[in-house]
Amino acid sequence: MKKDIFKVANKKLKSRLIVGTGKYKNFRETARAVKESGADMVTVAVRRVNILDKKKPILTDYLNPKKIIYLPNTAGCFTSEEALRTLRLAREMGGWKLVKLEVLGDKKTLYPNMIETLKSTKILVKEGFKVMVYCTDDVLLAKKLEDFGASAIMPLGSPIGSGLGLQNKVNISLIIKQSKIPVIVDAGIGTASDATIAMEMGCDGVLINSAIANSKNPIKMAKAFKNAVISGRDSYLAGRMKKNYFAIPSSPTDGLI
Amino acid sequence: MAKIHLNGKKVTIKPKTTIYELLKKIKLHSKKVAIEHNGIIIPKSNYKKKYLKNNDKLEVVHFIGGG
Repeated sequence: MKKDIFKVANKKLKSRLIVGTGKYKNFRETARAVKESGADMVTVAVRRVNILDKKKPILTDYLNPKKIIYLPNTAGCFTSEEALRTLRLAREMGGWKLVKLEVLGDKKTLYPNMIETLKSTKILVKEGFKVMVYCTDDVLLAKKLEDFGASAIMPLGSPIGSGLGLQNKVNISLIIKQSKIPVIVDAGIGTASDATIAMEMGCDGVLINSAIANSKNPIKMAKAFKNAVISGRDSYLAGRMKKNYFAIPSSPTDGLI
Repeated sequence: MAKIHLNGKKVTIKPKTTIYELLKKIKLHSKKVAIEHNGIIIPKSNYKKKYLKNNDKLEVVHFIGGG
C-alpha cells in the first residue's frame, strides 16, 4: 500500500492532528499537551508584547519554533485589513509564510465572514503567503477558496469553542469530495470520537484546541486525540463494510449440528 | 526627550533612540518580536537605522497561545 503522507503547502506533516495553544492553564501545560498530542504543527496568535511585565513567560520558551511548525492565526480579526496586518507582522517575526486566516463576522457565534475571508485570501496568496483558511461549510465558497489559491480549507464543524461536534456532515463530505487541497475540520470538535468521525469521513486532518485545553485532563485528552485521529484515518483508508438492513451471521452456517 | 506611544502606552525616551536601542532598553530580543512603526512594518534589518521621533506610534508584537 502507498505510504499515507499528509502534506500542506508542500510541508510534510507526521501527524494529521494540528493543535491550538490557547486556553491552557500555563505554558508548561501547553507544551506537555502538544508533546502528548504528537502534533507537529501548532496554531499561535499575534498580540502586543506586555511592556510593563517582562517577567511574564513567553510561548517560544516552551515550544521551540525550530522544532514545531508555528501556524500564526488571525484570531480576533473582524476585517480583512486587521487580518492582513496581523499576518504581515507574523511573517516579519519569523519568516512564516504558512498562515491560518480567520476573519470573523459575529462576536456571538464567531462565525467566519466569508466576504472578508475570500478578499483576504486573494491578497495573501498574491503576496506569497500559503494560506490555510478557516471557513464556513458552504460548498461553493470552499471551491472559491481553492480557486483563489488557498493551501487548505478549514471548515467549522460547529462554532469555535462550542464542543458541539460535527453538525454538518453532509456539507463537510461534499467539500471533501470536491477538494484537491487538504480539508481540515477546524472548530467545534468536542471530544476524541468527533475527531475520529471527521477522519473516517475522509478529512485530511483536524485542528483541536478547546476540546483538549478545556478537558479535565488536557494531557490525557491530547493523547486521546492523537489516537482518535490515527484510528479515524486508518478506518477511512481501510474502508468500512457495507451497511445491511438485516443480520448476516458471523459464524458459518455450514456444518451446523 | 521624546514621547512615543509604545503598544498604546505613553513612554518617554531619549532623543535619537533607534528601535534597536529601545528594544535593548526594554530587554526584548528582536528575533522574538515584530514591529510596526506608524503603521508600517519595519524589517528587522532596519531596527538599527530607524530613529524614533516625538509622537511616534510603535506596536511591538509577539506570538502567544491561540487556537
